[in-house]
Amino acid sequence: MSNDYLTPVLTGKTLVRANPVSKLFAAVAITLALLVSIDWVSAAVVLTCELALMPMLGISVRGLARRIWPLLVAAVIGAYGTALLAEKTGGVLLDVGPFLFTEGSVTAGIAVGLRALALALPGIFILLTTDPTDLADALAQKLHLPHRFVLGGLASLRLAGLLVEQWETLGLARHARGIGSDSSIVARTRNLLGQSFGLIVQAIRRATRLATAMEARGFGGGTRTWARESTYARLDAVVAVVGLLIAAGAMTAAVLAGTWNFILS
Amino acid sequence: MTPAHAPAPGAVHVRARGWGWRHAGRRAFAARRLDLDIQAGERVLLLGASGAGKSTVLHGLAGVLGSSDEGEQEGELLLDDAAPAAARGRAGLVLQDPETQVVLARVGDEVAFAAENLAVPRDEIWQRVGRALDDVGLDLPLDHPTTALSGGQKQRLALAAVLAMEPGLLLLDEPTANLDPDGVLEVRDAVVRVLERTGATLVVVEHRVAVWADVVDRVIVLDAGGGVLADGAPAAVLGQERTRERLAAAGVWVPGWQPPVGGPLPGTGGEVLLSSRDLTVARTKRGPAAVEGLEIEVRAAEALSITGPNGAGKSTAALTLGGLLRPRSGRLDASEALAGTAGADPFRWRSSQLVQRIGTVFQEPEHQFLTATVTEELEFGPRRVGGGYDPRRTADIAERLRLTHLLEANPFTLSGGEKRRLSVATMLATAPRILILDEPTFGQDAGTWAELVTLLRELIHDGVAVLSVTHDTEYIAELGGATLRIADGAGRLVAQ
Repeated sequence: MSNDYLTPVLTGKTLVRANPVSKLFAAVAITLALLVSIDWVSAAVVLTCELALMPMLGISVRGLARRIWPLLVAAVIGAYGTALLAEKTGGVLLDVGPFLFTEGSVTAGIAVGLRALALALPGIFILLTTDPTDLADALAQKLHLPHRFVLGGLASLRLAGLLVEQWETLGLARHARGIGSDSSIVARTRNLLGQSFGLIVQAIRRATRLATAMEARGFGGGTRTWARESTYARLDAVVAVVGLLIAAGAMTAAVLAGTWNFILS
Repeated sequence: MTPAHAPAPGAVHVRARGWGWRHAGRRAFAARRLDLDIQAGERVLLLGASGAGKSTVLHGLAGVLGSSDEGEQEGELLLDDAAPAAARGRAGLVLQDPETQVVLARVGDEVAFAAENLAVPRDEIWQRVGRALDDVGLDLPLDHPTTALSGGQKQRLALAAVLAMEPGLLLLDEPTANLDPDGVLEVRDAVVRVLERTGATLVVVEHRVAVWADVVDRVIVLDAGGGVLADGAPAAVLGQERTRERLAAAGVWVPGWQPPVGGPLPGTGGEVLLSSRDLTVARTKRGPAAVEGLEIEVRAAEALSITGPNGAGKSTAALTLGGLLRPRSGRLDASEALAGTAGADPFRWRSSQLVQRIGTVFQEPEHQFLTATVTEELEFGPRRVGGGYDPRRTADIAERLRLTHLLEANPFTLSGGEKRRLSVATMLATAPRILILDEPTFGQDAGTWAELVTLLRELIHDGVAVLSVTHDTEYIAELGGATLRIADGAGRLVAQ
């Protein structure tokens, strides 16, 4: 089913064993480094490091591409759009009618495309290597976020996974009533809206029932214990340091290469 | 009344004095004038007509009715000497639908959840988890995914999940209504085992009385008008002719009694409408096949019932036969008598062609409601087909399914039985020759059941082929026809 793409791979590879908080820390460090400068060198360094870390994920390049292809497409479109519209500096590379690409605009396009990918991958890595329950445990026990908020989020994540299935069932149920592919665009749009509304109604009902079940199990009290202890190990220090090193390395490389382009300057 | 079993030290005593609850926004009280004492360790079966407030009482005892924003309470309801909402963890509630009460992804975590909420120390939580899973007989690894369980296993998991609180009062709200016969016994036996060990007080609500009659010490029947209609030992309450009659009239499944059904006795089938050869069905395009090698003939004026355990692929088979899912492999052919001008492959029919040939009634009626009033709902199909619809036919169907007084009502506000009738009616509005129903009798009271069976018998008599996914043996017997049993990925014709 299509929502499988969002579920963790969890094959016991290195990154799976790390605490979600250390993974989050590394991802935030890398993201900040990418956000402060718009240039292709820092993005390329980050992206290279990320791809080099792939073995820690326990997923093949093909498997990764299958899961993130929409992102790849978006990155290419973003790069193309930027190359087309950015300031036209440097030598002309291609000039056909309205299509004018110069060295400057293409470099800017590549920077945007690489950055989009480099920014997206840490999040994808976390998604693929983190069990949502472990994440909730870590957020509540290590970062001391309110447990009602964290567990509510965890429960809703499970319900969100069910939405795809519910959407398909609703589609079949409505097709059986005579709503289907044989209508005009207007009718189809109206049908889509109707089905979306139906999905919302079902989702709310389901969430209400789940909330009752949770409340009946004592959820919502003041204090609570945790059956699973969220712990840090040496691996977590390594993950955090590697994250910092990638961030620092990318910024240093950009400054040395002379492409450093501080976002506020 | 003294309980027949030694009450455990932690078992809860329930007291109600003039208790009632009105949901916010409703004019009538859902439950009212309730005076009750349930002794610690007593096992009670709570009965009553649909709408008599059984679930409200259970939810009240579980302390999940909510604050004064969500409704108005009158009188007093106490667990030992505390209000239920203040007695967190004293009562454990298991709900009807196994699908909607799973909170977490792994079996062990699911059971631990309630103990965590009660701030039980970590070491003790895992002891409780082990004990609770033992009690309900779920011999699974702690990291087993909760999605990979059968309906009966999910209900036993829900039971284990409340047992981890070590409740003194166990509340079960139709815990077996959605289960196949094996699942029903599985859950019932697990409850009995749990009570033997813990000595907790039990209050169970269930339409099908026979499942619990031997297990409980006491039967309490709620009056739809408020208060208690009958109260006593199971043999006394269920043995009294007058009470039996009143229970039967209220739609309760009294043991040894089946609601009378009308309609002509189904005869032999007519021409073949739909046939399959070596048909393999699957829910998704790339996912695993659900059932392989199906050989089915659907005949006019005959019932075909598909049975088998929960999760065997019955619904997937029905959806495929109904032209809603693409067959994975093999053939599914509509005969000329059914297809008419459309092609032989039902999956390729347009929606408007489909509704004139095959009507599929989903298990959840609400999935198929499209409009704001019952009238529009009934007219929707015929209008889609076009070519001018006949208002008399719509009126006729409304009359036949006793919906005439509800024509202006919003479908979503109807009662469970009314929703079921409307979902069947909307399908009949376009006069399909095959009617497919998925678990039409799940959780239905005896009145709605008899009504539905009568209607289907009449339809069969009129030449409609009725294909049902069900494990209701009485239903199958009343409709006659052929029975196909699906299990372990294959289908076998067991009776003709």
